[in-house]
Amino acid sequence: MLHQIFALVVKELLAILKDVKSRMVLIGPPIIQLVVFGYAATYDLNHVPFAVYNEDRSQPSRDLVARFAEAPAFQEVAVIHSDVDVAPLIDKRKALMVLHIDRRFSRDLLGGVPGHVQLIMDGRNSNTALLVMGYANAIVTDFNTWWAARSGGDKPPATLDIRSRFNQNLQSQWFIVPGIVALLTQVVTLLVTALSVAREREAGTFDQLLVTPMRPIDILLGKSIPGLLIGSVEATFIIAAGVLWFGVPLRGGFVPLYLGLFLFLGSVIGIGLMISSLSVTQQQALLGTFLFMVPSIILSGFATPIANMPPLIQDITYLNPMRYFLVVVRGVFLEGASTRSLTPQYWPMLIIGLATLAIAGWLFRRRLY
Amino acid sequence: MPADTRKPIDAALELKSVTKSFHTKGRTVRALDAVSVAVKHGIVTGLIGPDGAGKTTLMRLATGLLTPDQGTISVLNIDAVSQPQRVQSVVGYMPQRFGLYEDLSVKENLDLYSDLHAVPEADRASHYSDLMRMTGLAPFMRRLAGKLSGGMKQKLGLACSLVGTPPLLLLDEPTVGVDPVSRRELWAIIHRLVEERSATVLLSTAYLDEAERCNEVILLHEGKLLGQDEPAAFTRQLAGRSFHVFAPHMSKRALQERISQAPGVLDATIQGSRVRVVTEQAVVPTAEQIVGGAAPDMQIAPVAARFEDSFVALLKGSVDVPPTARAAPAFTAAAPSCTPSGEDVIVVRNLSRRFGDFYAVRDVSFTVGRGEVFGLLGANGAGKSTTFRMLCGLLPASEGTLRVAGVDLRSAAARARARVGYMAQKFSLYGDLSVGENLRFFSSAYRLEGGHQRERVEWALAEFELGPFADATSRDLPLGFKQRLALAVALMHEPDILFLDEPTSGVDPLGRREFWRRINALAERGITILVTTHFMEEAEYCDRLVIMAQGRILAQGTSEEMRTRFRSNALPNPTMEDAFVALIAAAENHQVGSAA
Amino acid sequence: MNAELIMRLRGLIRKEALQILRDPSSIAIAFVMPVILLLIFGYGVSLDARRVPLALVCENPNRDTASFTAGFFQSPYFVPVRFGTVQEAEEAMRARMVDGIVWLRSDFSRRMLNGGNAAIGLLVNGVDANNARIIEGYLQQVWAVWLAKFDAAQGLPLRIPVQVDARVWFNPSVTSTDFLVPGLIAVIMTLTGALLTAMVVAREWERGTMEAVLVTPASIHEIILSKLIPYFVLGMGGMGLSVAMAVWLFGVPLRGSLWLLLASSSVFLLCALGMGLLISVVSKNQFVAGQIAIIVTFLPAFILSGFVFDIRSMPAAIELITHIVAARYFVTILQTLFLAGNVWRLIVPNILALVIMAGIFLGLARRASHKSLE
Repeated sequence: MLHQIFALVVKELLAILKDVKSRMVLIGPPIIQLVVFGYAATYDLNHVPFAVYNEDRSQPSRDLVARFAEAPAFQEVAVIHSDVDVAPLIDKRKALMVLHIDRRFSRDLLGGVPGHVQLIMDGRNSNTALLVMGYANAIVTDFNTWWAARSGGDKPPATLDIRSRFNQNLQSQWFIVPGIVALLTQVVTLLVTALSVAREREAGTFDQLLVTPMRPIDILLGKSIPGLLIGSVEATFIIAAGVLWFGVPLRGGFVPLYLGLFLFLGSVIGIGLMISSLSVTQQQALLGTFLFMVPSIILSGFATPIANMPPLIQDITYLNPMRYFLVVVRGVFLEGASTRSLTPQYWPMLIIGLATLAIAGWLFRRRLY
Repeated sequence: MPADTRKPIDAALELKSVTKSFHTKGRTVRALDAVSVAVKHGIVTGLIGPDGAGKTTLMRLATGLLTPDQGTISVLNIDAVSQPQRVQSVVGYMPQRFGLYEDLSVKENLDLYSDLHAVPEADRASHYSDLMRMTGLAPFMRRLAGKLSGGMKQKLGLACSLVGTPPLLLLDEPTVGVDPVSRRELWAIIHRLVEERSATVLLSTAYLDEAERCNEVILLHEGKLLGQDEPAAFTRQLAGRSFHVFAPHMSKRALQERISQAPGVLDATIQGSRVRVVTEQAVVPTAEQIVGGAAPDMQIAPVAARFEDSFVALLKGSVDVPPTARAAPAFTAAAPSCTPSGEDVIVVRNLSRRFGDFYAVRDVSFTVGRGEVFGLLGANGAGKSTTFRMLCGLLPASEGTLRVAGVDLRSAAARARARVGYMAQKFSLYGDLSVGENLRFFSSAYRLEGGHQRERVEWALAEFELGPFADATSRDLPLGFKQRLALAVALMHEPDILFLDEPTSGVDPLGRREFWRRINALAERGITILVTTHFMEEAEYCDRLVIMAQGRILAQGTSEEMRTRFRSNALPNPTMEDAFVALIAAAENHQVGSAA
Repeated sequence: MNAELIMRLRGLIRKEALQILRDPSSIAIAFVMPVILLLIFGYGVSLDARRVPLALVCENPNRDTASFTAGFFQSPYFVPVRFGTVQEAEEAMRARMVDGIVWLRSDFSRRMLNGGNAAIGLLVNGVDANNARIIEGYLQQVWAVWLAKFDAAQGLPLRIPVQVDARVWFNPSVTSTDFLVPGLIAVIMTLTGALLTAMVVAREWERGTMEAVLVTPASIHEIILSKLIPYFVLGMGGMGLSVAMAVWLFGVPLRGSLWLLLASSSVFLLCALGMGLLISVVSKNQFVAGQIAIIVTFLPAFILSGFVFDIRSMPAAIELITHIVAARYFVTILQTLFLAGNVWRLIVPNILALVIMAGIFLGLARRASHKSLE
């Protein structure tokens, strides 16, 4: 039995690695996506172009403007002197924000009345607008503290002491790169398994396989193990690139990480083999993979938090194995999470894996013809 | 070939020393090698040769879809190399298979090609009815092309290439995979076209027996022109060199084996209970000459030459016959000859298979004895593949019982499947893997291990002369070698029963002879062989056979019995194909009769 | 001659239309996929953190701490949960039950009254950096409101010297749906324009039907046109559907002119069709065409177009690459037309870029197609 399964695994790997096209699928897209996602998929802002519309021209207002201009997140691109100049700058995306300081600013400030600063922002990308607002608020808060201290007034009764855990500098890359481990492992494993049976069906070799003394369970195992091997190699490569190239800290152990990886691979292979046994041609398998993959990535928490989704959609995400594995990878990478604390993520993947593999095995027997 | 058959001025299509090569992965394949031919106006010219002869390349060159490396091509006095669009606007072309939009109905396909050829709306009704009368497709105008039978698809393809009333028709293998009845109908349509519209037709085919239906024949083999002439001129050269040999005290397979090794014999094939012999000289051979000893009761009678005889003679006579085809070894371990014993190895009783409410196979019963070569014959869609798949355990039966070596393979333990060897219709081994890797994988799949496995892989490489190709990617093998590899895989685990699904389609006649010699040797050793085929001539190799149509068995018995059933004054010597067509006609009459 | 040309085109286009309607995978890509994407993005995907679970640790609860924590209970952004000790709260953060911790130490009240500067400990889970930043922003707002109230209650002058008055133009409520849905139209049109076209044309090569059509009076221009027209109509249909869903289902404002939207969409669609045709002619195989189309058209439209990830945040090298992604220009146009209006001086250069790219891709596709099989 073992000898037969081993032979099938060897054959499967040879078939995947010898074919130029499938080799390309394994090597090309992962590297391209790693680079593109690793660098392009970021929410961190730097050099946000902003324009200064300072009607006050006093020392305090200049101090405030300087604080913006010196912040690495901002870059001054224009100085304007009239209300009518605001709209063209924002409309044409020349500036993302206009810092408008009222002409009474320093008079109010020195007179003990709050001075007003107006921020006009481009809301076309609402996320960017929110982040810019956050940065601007932080700068103004700093200014306030400094001003209050300098003018010798009372200190505020309480101040905020904000720290973030696990990702002190709030770098998006630390969030995205571990996510890519899950994303690419899913893409590659799914393609390898979803196309494997369909390819054999198209080439007629599946019949040849079925007339041998191999049992369906042997064939199922022989088809799963290559996906497991390729998926783990791919994941290991991306984990290494994440640590060595992108400098993301790997704070947890390999045991919780790889336990999660194997459970995740099991469920992805199950889904892949399900798609495979349902499709007759490779084209159908590719389409099926695509129809599954796009929603599964979007609804996984890879780019946007699941907590922000409406309750019904949140419920749907419980069926998505990638949702759990993302928590595992990010947990192990950044939080140093332990196997015990990740147990709530492990068992749903185990159940999904067992269920999909069982269904795939059943479809396999049903659709042998 | 006589020089006067080539008159450039008269030619509808003329190729002058055309060479065309293809490059793939560092290999160069010369598809056509300095070929010069001329196709005359107003007749049917057959472009004949096995797969890989260069037929499709020639067709595509003639339509301007390919440009030659060297040489000139003129189509209806238009230069196809410099003005492909003008050629494409005037010729009618039917590419090999496909070509039809399967998700469009018959009428929609016709409309498309009418629009493309700008047939005026007003003329279409009469034009269509003309075409539909010719092809018999009138009742199916609204049916999707993909739902038509193979023969009807080809007729529709032909109709589509005719809507523009082209003066020259180029048809690339229109009769491939079509049952004999539809083939005859297609030929009738083509001949009518030539007569009624005085069209010129160039038609390619891999069936050698179709040569006799052409007015003129162009014979291609591996990119080289073997000859161009009237079909009768080819067979005339073989006059007095074909014989039937019958020896009542000898098994036909042993007799054929003996004769094929005799000196002076070009070809020996089994035909019913006799052996057909083609000799090098036009002299009646003696028993002494052909079996190397006295053979009492041996009858040797001259028969008329066939086109295939001349093709084989031409191939064996030409210089570069592949060595593999010449030295076809029978199995080295020559086991004592044994005759079919009484034991039934395969039993099929009242077998049916339904898909929805459509019966692909209905109430089929037959038995196959040990050491018998048993044939399942029929057209595409006759139900022979479905029956075959049920026997192999690839498809469950809806009703009835089937037993292979005493078990139903579908529910049988894995061990039972190890007794069976299987060779699929098209080459279905792993194309990316090398020959050695394929052999190793399948031997493992058949549970061979360790030293025994190595031994069998060595055996396969030696027996099928695959040693030099052990590391070659199997996809790149020539067709004949692919087929040998497939047979080697099926025999790795020394099965008692061998299932062969259309094993020789596309293989040239010499390859087919080599293949059958191996099969005969296996049968002599007591291995039971079940084979499906749509080549009617291959029925001759079988001990017994069934002919299927529309899911039912039409006839069962030896090929000789079937042919004698349809012997008449009009047809004193019917071929298997004649018998088949007559059987179908009888079945249809019966249906009409019972319906009335 | 002209009548014949029209007849040939009509025949080819009618055939194409019938095929699309009868092929389930065309329908899946052209109609099912866009609706799924729109629904997921319209309802499911949101970058706006709402109802963030927050741990409150008051080591010594009293009136002062209550006045501060009350702000969290009133805020729509937070769902506060009380914990006794900070260890318990950290445990909960590790278990991903809360996203942040507000920690008021036992001396909070005392320090607050004695000259101020009582520290309010805030711990935010930084794993999701974007979310963490947004939460920090919300926390600062809560604090500022509390400070203002505190001062007012004490009758003290305001201690915040500078007040920020932020105005977000085009999207005052800062909802991410308004910015995601218009960008999605570019992705959907890439799907029908490039992916579907590439696969359908490759299928003709694979099945040999192209060979039959080549040997007819139809010229290569007619064959290309007959592919462009039906998929153009289909792509514009997809666009119409997306715009309708955006405006009526998701309530995204359309401030620019519909005609400008139609014009720029047509140009982008031609660009996508050009890419699709080029891919299919080069690969001549559905399977390869599908994979190439996903990698070179679909994924870039998703990631490198500014549809989700702001191009201005990308490193210079990647930003340079985005200039060859047609979707980049179209996403800018879409976000502007929907949310800002007819900003001619922004839209014209972007449309021009699309016109150039469409010209290049269609030209390359034309050059790559011959009426031959070589």
